[in-house]
Amino acid sequence: MDATLELTTHGRSARTQRLFTAGLTRAALRQSFVMLRPDIQWRNPVMFVVEVGAALTLLFILRALFSGEAGPFSLGYFIALDIWLWLTVLFANFATAFAEERGRAQAASLRRTRVATPANRRRVDKSFERVTSIDLKPGDIVSVSAGEVIPGDGEVIEGVASVDESAVTGESAPVIREAGGDRSGVTGGTTVLSDRILVRIVAGYGESFLDRMIALVEGAVRQRTPNEIALMLVLTAFSLIFLIVVVPLWPMAFNAEQYMTSYLGLPNQLASLGTDVPTLVALLVCLIPTTIGALLAAIGIAGMDRALRANIIAKSGQAVETAGDVDTVLLDKTGTITLGARRASEFLPLPGVNQREVGLAAALASAADLTPEGQSIVAAVKQMGITAEAVAAPAGSSFVEFSAQTRMSGIDLADGTKIRKGAPDAILAYLCARGKAPASGVDTLIVKAAAEGATPLLVADDNRALGIVVLQDTLKPNISQRIAQLRQMGLRTIMITGDNKLTAATIAKRAGVDDFLPEATPEAKLAFLRKEQAEGKLVAMMGDGTNDAPALAQADVGLAMNSGTQAAKEAGNMVDLDSDPTKLIEVVEIGKQLLMTRGALTTFSIANDVAKYFAIVPALFAATLPWLKAIDVMHLHSPTSAILSAVIFNAVIIPLLIPVALRGVRYRPLGADALLRRNLLVWGVGGVIVPFIGIKAIDLVMVALHLVA
Amino acid sequence: MWSLPILLLVVTIALSVPLSRYFAAVMDGRLKALRFLAWFEHRLNSGEQNWKQYTVAMLAFTLVLFTYGYVVLCLQPIAPLNPLGRGILAPSLIFNTVISFMTNTNLQHYAGDQHLSNFSQIFFILPNMFLSASIGFCALTAIIRAFRGAATVGNFFVDMWRVAVYIYLPASLIAGVIYIQQGMPMTYASQQTVSTLEVGSMGTDDKGVAKPQNIIVGPVAAVIPIKMLGTNGGGFYGMNSAHPLENPTAGSNFETTFLMMIFPFTLVLMYGRMLGRLRHSVVIYCVMLAMMIGLIWWTVDWDTLRPNPAFTGTEQARDYSVAAADAPNGVRTVSLPAVAGLPVDQHLGNLEGKELRFGTSAGAVFAAITTDVTCGAVNAEHDSLNPIASLAPFAGMWLNCVFGGKGVGMINLLLFLIVGVFLAGQMVGRSPEYLGRKVGGREMKLAMIALLVHPILILGPAGAFAASDWGTKAESNPGPHGFSQIVYQFSSASANNGSAFDGLSVTYGPNDNQNPAPTAVQLDIATGLVMLFSRYLPIIAPIAMAFYLGRKKEAPASLGTMRDDTVTFGFLLLGTITVIGALLFLPVAALGPIAEQLGPIPFGG
Repeated sequence: MDATLELTTHGRSARTQRLFTAGLTRAALRQSFVMLRPDIQWRNPVMFVVEVGAALTLLFILRALFSGEAGPFSLGYFIALDIWLWLTVLFANFATAFAEERGRAQAASLRRTRVATPANRRRVDKSFERVTSIDLKPGDIVSVSAGEVIPGDGEVIEGVASVDESAVTGESAPVIREAGGDRSGVTGGTTVLSDRILVRIVAGYGESFLDRMIALVEGAVRQRTPNEIALMLVLTAFSLIFLIVVVPLWPMAFNAEQYMTSYLGLPNQLASLGTDVPTLVALLVCLIPTTIGALLAAIGIAGMDRALRANIIAKSGQAVETAGDVDTVLLDKTGTITLGARRASEFLPLPGVNQREVGLAAALASAADLTPEGQSIVAAVKQMGITAEAVAAPAGSSFVEFSAQTRMSGIDLADGTKIRKGAPDAILAYLCARGKAPASGVDTLIVKAAAEGATPLLVADDNRALGIVVLQDTLKPNISQRIAQLRQMGLRTIMITGDNKLTAATIAKRAGVDDFLPEATPEAKLAFLRKEQAEGKLVAMMGDGTNDAPALAQADVGLAMNSGTQAAKEAGNMVDLDSDPTKLIEVVEIGKQLLMTRGALTTFSIANDVAKYFAIVPALFAATLPWLKAIDVMHLHSPTSAILSAVIFNAVIIPLLIPVALRGVRYRPLGADALLRRNLLVWGVGGVIVPFIGIKAIDLVMVALHLVA
Repeated sequence: MWSLPILLLVVTIALSVPLSRYFAAVMDGRLKALRFLAWFEHRLNSGEQNWKQYTVAMLAFTLVLFTYGYVVLCLQPIAPLNPLGRGILAPSLIFNTVISFMTNTNLQHYAGDQHLSNFSQIFFILPNMFLSASIGFCALTAIIRAFRGAATVGNFFVDMWRVAVYIYLPASLIAGVIYIQQGMPMTYASQQTVSTLEVGSMGTDDKGVAKPQNIIVGPVAAVIPIKMLGTNGGGFYGMNSAHPLENPTAGSNFETTFLMMIFPFTLVLMYGRMLGRLRHSVVIYCVMLAMMIGLIWWTVDWDTLRPNPAFTGTEQARDYSVAAADAPNGVRTVSLPAVAGLPVDQHLGNLEGKELRFGTSAGAVFAAITTDVTCGAVNAEHDSLNPIASLAPFAGMWLNCVFGGKGVGMINLLLFLIVGVFLAGQMVGRSPEYLGRKVGGREMKLAMIALLVHPILILGPAGAFAASDWGTKAESNPGPHGFSQIVYQFSSASANNGSAFDGLSVTYGPNDNQNPAPTAVQLDIATGLVMLFSRYLPIIAPIAMAFYLGRKKEAPASLGTMRDDTVTFGFLLLGTITVIGALLFLPVAALGPIAEQLGPIPFGG
């Protein structure tokens, strides 16, 4: 069972790798040189400008070498300048290549799970043949037994099995997959641990979810979101603006040279760095937003990567971004807000009946009821001090199962007594049908239970209603904090539930959601979603059932559970491999973090330019207007060291910020205003101050190492 | 000293609030006009226009204005009201002047009192001032309507009518009456001959009696109110608001300064009122006000409170070692000798080029304000400001949104705002939004096009002129000062400001002038083209941008959306404007005013 062994070793652990590993770094380094090819570099216009500038500088150096005259400035300065210009391009390429490589490594670790596995395909005559997963086509039906690997994505059409999905989700606890209902989806590459199931294959070889996931991770490198395209456009426009600033500096510097020459009475026109083309190229490179231009692609890829590590497959990078913009989140009550298992908490007797009688009747009615609710009733009764024997179903009794039509269950005792428990209106109708008058006080009890957010069950025997069993649904631990957090993030939370209005209202209040949709049908859910969208809001929801599919498709962010039906997974634009209902919150955070990182680094990049001016402008005119030294607040060593320091800072800030780009700026649920204030201070004001320190430090180091004249 | 600017700001702020309510009512068509005016307005209404139709109507109207202006100026020699026999202007000057007035710039390469007849003043200058001033106003209104999400942006002709007749006309009438009371001429006569008590520059006749002086007069009080209200700035006299008949008293000076500020102030609030986002517009208003206060303070502090560095001298010689390959040892020493100060009493600050009739700080205050609001009227020589003080007028024109021209200033600010929101707005963890709408690639493309125009049109021609005879022959001083003159000329043209630094020889004058400024033709044509392009692109692109943004679905605000009516947003806006502004123009500022201030005295004569 080599395949199984291998499968269990991959999973989440493989995807939570360290930021830098030797292999990745090496591959990325190689790729950064490949990306220097002009046709590839052209895709990033900002860095293409740098490349052209570096090439131009190289031409100047070559000309100086061949003609033998370096002009008024030392050749070493130009060579150093050109090296750093090339390094700037390489650093930028490295950032992109590194993010891509990480994505590829991610993909490779997933692809390893996609080995050809043997499959038992059912022939038309219902006998089974041995094939490999490569031969499977959608519609084929395969049988998978304990210990075997599921050969492809599909739906369970027969049987129940526990499945180890760790190969896909990294979660080691097995999950139950069963035919019918909303837990019928299985993923290729996962292992059946017990029992035997029949699976109808829905995706042919190479089209499974894993394949799609791999394609997406690799495709994220090339697909740019509209937001990214718009930002790249703005960055290119900024590059153009700075070109407009830098080019006229040449004639302006020429004007200053002319003047100074006549002021000093020199025979030949004076030369300054202001009319030196490589130096002006350096100024241009320092001004254009190279930092964000270099990191933009990496930020986007890292966003997809973070989603993937949270076990979410987003069908596009845009889906992740949209998650950051979501205004309204629809949360299913059961499973998301509450634990879902309702437990009996109280027995409320009707007048003339005591609590013990109610408990006993309820326990008898539940004696053969194996649902968690039924078992919780028995357990609660035992806590009242009634012995296990008393609540065991007596010999000769027969159990009446719950059905959707009768909406009640119960027991027919050997003596002919019929005990029933069920939805109050169903029980009352049952009693009516038997010609019994409705008991007074039932309504009060029902309202009382509902007001506590509980579900009431009415218990009755042959002749009369006895009392109410209160079924409480417990909130998930920490759910109110998470919802409060969502509100802090500016999101409106809507609880979707099949409960009646009163019950829903109470739970909604306890959980702290902003609004709720009671007695929700799939149609009501869809209508609610459309109404929110008509108000201009973006809506996120999670779903698993086939009847969720229309709403999942309509939602701006539709997160389908992997355990859900194929229809749901196709309809959503993200799939959660963990099938964790609280994952929506994480998705929104990842989206916000992506947008925030992009905004922060853009702001930082532009703010950086201020300091570079203070270094470069006095240096440009040091020969013509030496008194401009007064605005050189950093007191840099010499004009050439000033320019080199600025260029070096501009280059090294790129690799220094790669970790920020990949990890993302931490998102804090503070509310937009506080967040903006904080980030403006850190990345805006910080972006103005940091380069002053950085450039000065680089200058000091160069002087200390005797690298500059 | 400070009382003048403070009083001006307080009065303007106080009046802009109620006025903005009136403006919003007028532009929304809620004003009950006099019956025959309403009838006219109704006649003009050719139906609702979409943004393209509106823009085409605006451009067509401009073309008519251009043709009309050309014809009137060419008719000057044969037209009536020309007893002094003013001849036809040089062709390049006509080109420059027609564009200048059509684009609300009023850059004057001529002197009104010497080159224009009253016919030209009345039939060329006056209508242009009313109509060109209305265009920016209309464009802002169209943008507001587009932001409201309407498919149509109103009717251009109706808007023109409303602005010109319901707003400019009554305001000009009131202002004109006050001016006449202050002593401004209002006559069809062209000159008055007076006998002077003392012998003036006219000299004496054979008998030793002082020759009579000829003083040019005309319908001055008709021109000046709209010159200021419309932030036109083109003076009746060449001396502009420094001329005693164009600005007779300290009172008229206060009125003049107030008139140019009031409408740009009001329009910001009108923007908020018409969008139903008054608080947002108050934040913008405060940002603009902060910048204006800063610039006024800068000018007054460096000019009125400090002596003229040309007179104070430098006590110690300064030596600078400059690396130079052709000098011995590779180092050349540039020495600035010590210069003795001149015995001039300077406790009132720099008085060179000031009209002292108005008070010591009036010139500096006026210089800062006229460049902020792109008016371009002047009551002092900007050329004579202390070099570093002149940074403020430069900055006003470079940013072009410190209230700015009526309508256009607000539009320019929107460009900075959109860029700021787009770059920094994502830091709240949402895609950038403005007015609840997502800012996408198309809107940004249009905004960036509009934003690009201004620096190209200033830096490009300024560079070309600085490095060639075209510029160096025209400047009165070589070196940084002359450089400042060239940059100022193009900044003023591109900002559609129209003020002059002076010192640059730009005047060709009448066509038969035997001795024109050497490069007047080049400057006429270059600045003419700059004015033309810098006017319409930055208006049309934002209208299109507003349309594309406005038609997007509006999302309601929540805790997670960036609020546009907070102090934080104000700082974001202020930061965006100052950082982008500094990045665009810091090198030029260093080469011009800063180098001059720090350099040797007298730098460049």
